[in-house]
Parts: sequence; structure tokens; C-alpha cells
Amino acid sequence: MSGAYVIETILKILIVLGLFSALAGFATYVERKVLAFMQRRLGPMHVGPYGILQVVADGIKLFTKEDFIPQGAVKPIFKIAPVITAATAFMAMAAIPMFPEFTINGYTVKPIISDINVGLLYVVGVMAIGMYGPLLAGMASGNKWSLLGAARTVVQLLSFEVVTGLSILAPVMLVGSLSLIDINNYQSGGVSHWLIWTQPVAFILFLISGYAETNRTPFDILEHEAEIVSGYATEYSGMRWGMFFIGEYANMFTISFLASIIFLGGFNDLWFIPGAIAILIKVFFFIFLFLWTRAAWPHVRPDQLMWLCWKVLMPIAVINVVITGIVLMI
Amino acid sequence: MSLKEFQNRYVGSQNYKVIQIEEYPKTPWEKFKRVVKRTFKLELFVGLKIVFNEMVKFNIHTVQYPKEKIPIGPRYRAVHRLLRLLESGNERCIGCGLCEKICISNCIRIDTKIDENGRKIPTEYTINFGRCIFCGYCAEVCPELAIVHGPDYENASDQRAQFAKKEDMLTPIDKLKEQKEFQGFGSPTPEADKLIKKTPLAY
Repeated sequence: MSGAYVIETILKILIVLGLFSALAGFATYVERKVLAFMQRRLGPMHVGPYGILQVVADGIKLFTKEDFIPQGAVKPIFKIAPVITAATAFMAMAAIPMFPEFTINGYTVKPIISDINVGLLYVVGVMAIGMYGPLLAGMASGNKWSLLGAARTVVQLLSFEVVTGLSILAPVMLVGSLSLIDINNYQSGGVSHWLIWTQPVAFILFLISGYAETNRTPFDILEHEAEIVSGYATEYSGMRWGMFFIGEYANMFTISFLASIIFLGGFNDLWFIPGAIAILIKVFFFIFLFLWTRAAWPHVRPDQLMWLCWKVLMPIAVINVVITGIVLMI
Repeated sequence: MSLKEFQNRYVGSQNYKVIQIEEYPKTPWEKFKRVVKRTFKLELFVGLKIVFNEMVKFNIHTVQYPKEKIPIGPRYRAVHRLLRLLESGNERCIGCGLCEKICISNCIRIDTKIDENGRKIPTEYTINFGRCIFCGYCAEVCPELAIVHGPDYENASDQRAQFAKKEDMLTPIDKLKEQKEFQGFGSPTPEADKLIKKTPLAY
């Protein structure tokens, strides 16, 4: 392990951490604007030109707000829960290749923090550990809404973890590798080689369970304002709540990167578009899709969610895996 | 639809569209069929299309309030004004005390005196806006159109009494030319003719 490698890795970690924290903040602005336009509103307009400095104002508010811990809370767990959410969200990004390799002054840079051979498994696993954030937060808050939110979190994430795993199993069987770089290189032959054409069902299943795992709108039952005040985050304020928020948006970016890399050809060159731009277009399309569905669709009920997961998506995912296996054998 | 169709009051002969409501599924097989039908009819994407069209059309309805304001009707009852006579600039109030008498929340207080010309004028005219319910009786009863309601609805301040001083309500003598005559109660808005629509009812 050379010194250059260590410095390079630390630099990459800092860039990923800084960039995605900033992007998470910017995504909140974009989300508010897009939602507003879809609902015939203007969204934030007063802070800066077209409200673009709203992110800064929100950040100042979050940082200067009182850090409040309720009397009935279990203090150490209450304090550490948001850190778990934010940390696991960023840890999951360690194994994601964001861009194609490039060269600066003769030094080849791989835009991935750690190229491990089970990258996909690692990403999905670490994102699953992120469940402990809401769970511990809800159980340590000493609040019934928080507890209900935590219970819903566990139910939802555990169930959809199964669908995620089974849905990406079929592409992994085709590629024969769990490394995201291998999956990306498998689709290097152009648009017709994308895995979405051979695995459309897996793509839809992965997208649905991705929405469930990032708690986005059709499935955001775990902090549904109308039912359970703010779910597990009810008792949180200031930067602790902000860390939950950053974690959620970082997870959105992770899911978008995963969907782009596994199914939509990743960072391979797309016609005349260079790979780095191509993957950015794909990722931002998925981010836009997250916001789009939030503007259009209502929530599902928790029992409908469970019905959807175990009676519809899970059997389809299993059938998809079996059929893929049979086709591979033939 | 033409007006004639609206005027047709015979129930049953109108050209109404009956909304089809499907039977609720009873057996598990029917439920399954409904799920499959809804899945492959792509009903969810209709909602996506609608909101996307709204975004592209960019038909924004927001009124950016402190910068732009919606005009309010002349019937609006906000903080009171005391008007002056247009020619002489004298106060219109003749100190008759009718407003004080009719005020149902007892918030108006007048002190009067006879001035050197033998006219009765108010020396004090106060309205306690902590009590005022903006019913408009004072403006309605005033025989001289002296106390009227103004259009200032932005009455947020440290103390409500700040609106109530006589010199604040009275038209300043140098702004006499800008004083607008009170249209009176029941007066229509300036663009009332444009706003009138035919009532779309069958009777």
C-alpha cells in the first residue's frame, strides 16, 4: 500500500463526502422547485435569485437550531442514530464507480473509493444497515409516533430488502460478477447491450424496491405526516434531523447510481455522449423521477405495502430469477 | 353547453354524462383480475403525465404577496378612515355621536366641542381596535360619510392602538386631492361586469 494510494483514497473520500453533502442540499432545492412547478406554484423565491440561496438559509437554520434531546429519550442511542443513517448512506457510496477512469498528468484515477469484487453486495448490505438509524431513533425517542415510525421502517425495509436482493440477482446471474465495474463493462457494447432489455422485470422491481428503501413517496409510510407526525424523526431537531435528511438524499443518489450502472449501461459512452456525462444524465433522470412520482402519486397504506411486497413483487422476482436461470442453462 | 340546455329544467331529458362505477370485486379471482387490469392499463402513468404537462405549461398561479397584491373590493372592511370635505378641507365629522351609539362592541369614543364658527367638531375620535369587530355599522350609520372603512388590511403591529389615533385615520390636509370617495355599502367592484357569469344550474 503506497503513500500515493492512501492520499488518493483520502482525497476521493473527501470529494465524495463533500460533493454528495452539497448535492443533497441542492437536491432539496430542486425538489421544492420541481414539486412547486408541477403544482402550479413558484416554490422558494425570496432568498437569492430565484430562491437559489434557500439551501444556505436552511443550512444556517439547521446548524444554529437548538440541539434538543427529550427527557424520556435514551441519550446515547438518540444521539448516535442520525449518525448511523448518514454514515451508512455515505459508506454505501464507497463501492460505486461514479465515472469512467480518467488520467491527470499521466496518473490514472479510478473514480471509485474501493474496487471490491463484491461491490453490489456491499452496497446493498450497507444500505440495509442504514435501517438501524430510523429504528434506534424511533425506539430511543420515548415518543409513540417515533416508535410507530420505527416499527414501520423495520417492516418496510426488511420486506423490500428481499425484493431488492432477488431483483438484482437475475442481472448478476447474467453478468457472473458482483463487481459494479464488471457489470458496467458487460454493457459496454452500446444501448442494445443494456441489461434493461434482457431484464426489464428486474429493472422495474429494483426501482420499486429502491423507492421503498429510500422512503420516497409512494412508500414513505414511515414518516407520513398525516398519520404519524414525522415518524422516527418527530423528536429530532437541528443538525441531528439534518443528518437523517442528508442520509435520505444520499441514499437517493446511491439508488440512482445503482439503477444506472446495473440496468442502463452505467458510464459507458452513449452514442456521441462521453460516459461521464451519460451517467450524470441517467442519474439525474432517476432523481427527477423520484420527484416526479412524489408530485403525482399518493401514499400506499402499510397493509397495501406489505401486500405489494410479499404477494406481488416477491413472487415475480422469484419467477424472474428462475426463468433467467433456465434461459442461462439452455 | 349552450344556455338553453342549462335552462331545461325537466329532469331526465338533460344531456348528463353518467359516471360508470365498477362493481367491487367479491371473489379473490375477481380481485386478481382487477389488479392485473390496473397494472397493464398503466393507470399510474396518467398521473405522471398530468403533472408533467402542468410543469411544461408553466401556468403559475402564485401571487408573490409582498411584491404584488390582489386588488380588494370596495366593500372590504379594513381599518377605518376619517374623511375631509373636498372643497374646504374641513373634517366631515359633525360629532353627532351616532357611530359611538351604534357600535356594538363599544369601541368608539368621541369628545366634541363647539368651535369658533359655531360648528360642532370632534376633539377626540378613538377606536379601540382591540375591541373592534369591523362590522361596519359606524360607516353605515354615518350621515356625512365621514367615518368609512379603508383598504389597509395589513394591520400587524406592536400595538393595535397604533391604528386608532385620529390623526392616523384622518386624511392629511395635503393629500386631500388623493382622497377617494367612499362608494358605500353594496357597491360593486370596478370590474364587476366582467366577473359576472351565468349560473350553471338547471333552474
